[in-house]
Amino acid sequence: MKKWLPLIAVAIFACSFLGGFQAPKRKDGFDLAGFGRLPVLLDGRIQPLDSVARNSLLSIRGKSTVTVSNEPTLSALEWLVDAMARPEEADKLKIFRIQHPDLEGLLGTDKIGLEYYSFNDLTNQFESISEQARKLSQSEQADPSSVKLRTPFQKDLMHLFNSVQLYSRLKSSLEPEGTRDFARELKVYESSIGPGRIALGQSEEGKAANQEDLQRIAAFFKRYTTLSELAYPMIIPPLTGQSRQDWRNIGADLMETLRSGQIHPAATDYAAMADAYHSNNPAQFNQALASYRVWLQENELYPALKKGSHEFFFNQIDPFSNSMVIYVAALLLGCAFWINLSEPVRRTGFALLILAFVIHTLGLGFRMYLEGRPPVTNLYSSAIFIGWGACLFGIFLERIFKGGIGLVVAGFIGFATLIIAHHLALSGDTMEMLQAVLDTNLWLATHVVVVTSGYASMFVAGILAIIYILRGFFTRSLTSDIAKTLARMVYGIVCFATLFSFVGTILGGIWADQSWGRFWGWDPKENGALLIVLWNALILHARWGGMIKERGLMAMAVFGNIITSFSWFGVNMLGIGLHSYGFMDKAFPWLVGFDVSQVVLLAFALMPLRYWASFKTSSPPAPPAGPSLPAPSAIAT
Amino acid sequence: MVDRIINFFTSLRLTVVCLALALVLVFVGTLAQVEIGLYAAQSEYFRSFFVFWTPKGTHLKIPFLPGGWLIGLVLLVNLLAAHIKRFQFSRKKIGLILIHAGLILLLGGQFLTEVFQVESQMRIDVGDVKNYSESGRKNELAVVDTTDADKDHVVAIPESLVAKGGEIRTPALPFTLRVEKYYPNTLPAGPMSAGAEKMKAANGLGQRLFFSPEPVTRRMDSVDLPAALVQVVTDKGPIGEWIVSTWFTRYPVYTNLDGDIAGIMPNVKVEAPQTFAVNGRSYEIALRPARYYKPYSIKLLAFNHDLYPGTGVPKNFSSKIHLTDPSTGDDRDILIYMNSPLRYHGETFYQASFEDNDAGTILQVVRNPASLTPYVACSLVALGLVTQFLMHLFAFARRRAQQIKPPPPRKAPTAPVLEPALANGKGRHL
Repeated sequence: MKKWLPLIAVAIFACSFLGGFQAPKRKDGFDLAGFGRLPVLLDGRIQPLDSVARNSLLSIRGKSTVTVSNEPTLSALEWLVDAMARPEEADKLKIFRIQHPDLEGLLGTDKIGLEYYSFNDLTNQFESISEQARKLSQSEQADPSSVKLRTPFQKDLMHLFNSVQLYSRLKSSLEPEGTRDFARELKVYESSIGPGRIALGQSEEGKAANQEDLQRIAAFFKRYTTLSELAYPMIIPPLTGQSRQDWRNIGADLMETLRSGQIHPAATDYAAMADAYHSNNPAQFNQALASYRVWLQENELYPALKKGSHEFFFNQIDPFSNSMVIYVAALLLGCAFWINLSEPVRRTGFALLILAFVIHTLGLGFRMYLEGRPPVTNLYSSAIFIGWGACLFGIFLERIFKGGIGLVVAGFIGFATLIIAHHLALSGDTMEMLQAVLDTNLWLATHVVVVTSGYASMFVAGILAIIYILRGFFTRSLTSDIAKTLARMVYGIVCFATLFSFVGTILGGIWADQSWGRFWGWDPKENGALLIVLWNALILHARWGGMIKERGLMAMAVFGNIITSFSWFGVNMLGIGLHSYGFMDKAFPWLVGFDVSQVVLLAFALMPLRYWASFKTSSPPAPPAGPSLPAPSAIAT
Repeated sequence: MVDRIINFFTSLRLTVVCLALALVLVFVGTLAQVEIGLYAAQSEYFRSFFVFWTPKGTHLKIPFLPGGWLIGLVLLVNLLAAHIKRFQFSRKKIGLILIHAGLILLLGGQFLTEVFQVESQMRIDVGDVKNYSESGRKNELAVVDTTDADKDHVVAIPESLVAKGGEIRTPALPFTLRVEKYYPNTLPAGPMSAGAEKMKAANGLGQRLFFSPEPVTRRMDSVDLPAALVQVVTDKGPIGEWIVSTWFTRYPVYTNLDGDIAGIMPNVKVEAPQTFAVNGRSYEIALRPARYYKPYSIKLLAFNHDLYPGTGVPKNFSSKIHLTDPSTGDDRDILIYMNSPLRYHGETFYQASFEDNDAGTILQVVRNPASLTPYVACSLVALGLVTQFLMHLFAFARRRAQQIKPPPPRKAPTAPVLEPALANGKGRHL
């Protein structure tokens, strides 16, 4: 049994992951998965409607699903289709998250304490909300720096306002909101363009024109102008012969129809889908969907179709959430090993760590393939990459030193960075396009990857030091052997971090020299990287000079966490400089909290040895109760 | 005594103290950018020997931190001294020697860059030709003899000389320039506007457009806009006085000024040159950004500003230029774009910015004789670090292999060793 434990654990988690590979079941007969795979253009890139749904719902609700009382949970895609084609249903769903009590109070006393609100809950109050939001943005336009000083109420207000706007735009992305028979409307529109043009020409020349034709075309013109301003993703692809980037939203496309005189085939198919969905006719829906897919293939849009399908698959298998759960399992097993020293437990943890790493790598690679980019392009992907790098370190440490330390380090950092990534994803599309200056795969692949590896190794060293301090101070489990091993690990990884931080910083300098004409400009992000290099140099020189010993090394490694977090996140919060590509006020309290926790740990590290549980009782022979690091030979045999 | 000084400068403790101070300096200097801007933070914290603190309401300057130059200098001396004193070549130390040689080169190269680097901008409208770049901060008083149709004769006087006031005489000009007033930073003031002090002139734009002095700016994102009242005096006496200012010559300041005064002074273009005549020759006078003339000329054929489809996010900026150099016979089209500058004649041209409505390009022009040192220095350091790291790794792997092969008795847990080869000497550099 014990022998099979690792295998069984891996099998369980792997099956749960592989279960996600299955295509989702049809809902009431509708091929919603096929709809979710359809490519659209948004934020400058081709993406499936499923990504539009997930990113929108994440930013509105903070979660990628909608819970409905007494009914199965709705996926983001199901919610989006409802919003687009059955808005009266979607308006009942509780998707708007309101946290501030004052904002809740605005909505009326009967609704306090709900946390999530539906569009219908808000309709009466929406005017006063938009009025307040408008006033706030006006005063912020006058003084742009005040955006950073928003009160919690103002933040919540603006988030609600933006969410409602986004929701309204999505509702008008497939057809004008509330349309009953869009396909028929399009036919009427097509047939009224010819007479409308004639009437228009006649009235311009001052001749008598058919007033009915004129009014009808004017009404359509007005209706679709509004639609073109509202509609959000560009769902109508370019026709053969047009530029491959020439996608339009439904409104803009119908305005274009006024010129061409012909309804775009994609608009016809989408209209058929919308009608079929709200008249609850799955056969017609699936048929229109299939016909549109065929049209896409026949009209040089196979690459977009493929991109949509692949990204849909990536969203569906959700590698990062899966590996996050497995990291937690590995972390817990590592801790369990410290308590009971059971080798099968450690081996199970190690096997799970490898599984988590494989899934994590798969996700990272898949993202690179989808984006056509090196692994790190923004803060989100840097978090993913730091977790990945730390996990690789952990696997090596565990393989070489055994003792569960690698499990705990990799499990903890893997879990923490994926949580951070999850929260960064709330602010929108994580595969966003890159600003012009960043658009160089060579430098993204070298400078950014190397610097981020430096961050990862700094955190690994820092967490190792925390293990030393916590086990040494609070438990009697830090034997001198384990202490020495930890010190060696930290020293080795600090050397590694020095190498990577230095080389990465220099590569950044060379990139800056190539694009801005100066090697070094004291930009905040550059300084952040320099701080890491200086700190590593300081640790190494202090150690070589005998100025610090084991405990000093640990304390400095913990302080390294503060410096690295400043360099990674802190400098972006200053809101200045060439690298301020992501100001995240939400992350600020977390950063402060993290730094305070590190200071507390530092304080423990600097306490005199007589307060340390592991060191104070040196005279009585230490009972072998505390877990000790088994000799490599013990495991090798 | 000498021994003590030598010991001080070669000690590892000094290295550690300097690194710690550098850490504090970089951190404080980064935070300071939020308040005082990048440029001021650079000069106060990094390009200085001491960082001063002025308590509010006083004029005291209390040094509270060593500046970037002082720390860099001490580190450099420390490094050199330690190497000279203890230099002994051995295979084990080759990595460390490479690292520190690279660092010396890096620090030295950055010092040379600080001293010798010249930065300027070349702004070209689409279809125009330029053979000079302009300084971002320095100005010059230019008097141009435009009498000959085929060539202009330019006399450029540095702003520092104008700032001194008094008379400026040069054999290149048949008249004297008398600086009657000079303000290092100004604001335009209309005839109706209030204000204690106003500079007016009897000729040219200064008859209707006045200037009031302003405090000198310290921010990175704004430049000083000086103005001077200059009288032209021949041997027969003064012939007139003109206000010259970079308000009329620095882009995009003059375009904004044109817009601002359009209501009160229609049809006036402030960037049009102010002219006068002496002895039948015609001259233009202007205070303008200092120019660096090139022996070649550049024509802007096209400027492109690409966006990602359906967004306002820029995808790329590029300038298609044509370079003509009679001295070398170069006559060719070149594309300059983000991360792909043009290197020519010891200067590098980067795509830096663009004019409103994409009407023209702005290229950053950098001349840096030490531009290669960081590349060499960094290769040395990286090589050294990799050598050092690999040596440790191999030593570690060898020891582990020895430990694992003959299974040792289980009495004492022997942990693997990753000991640095150099932890033996206490307090010794290298």
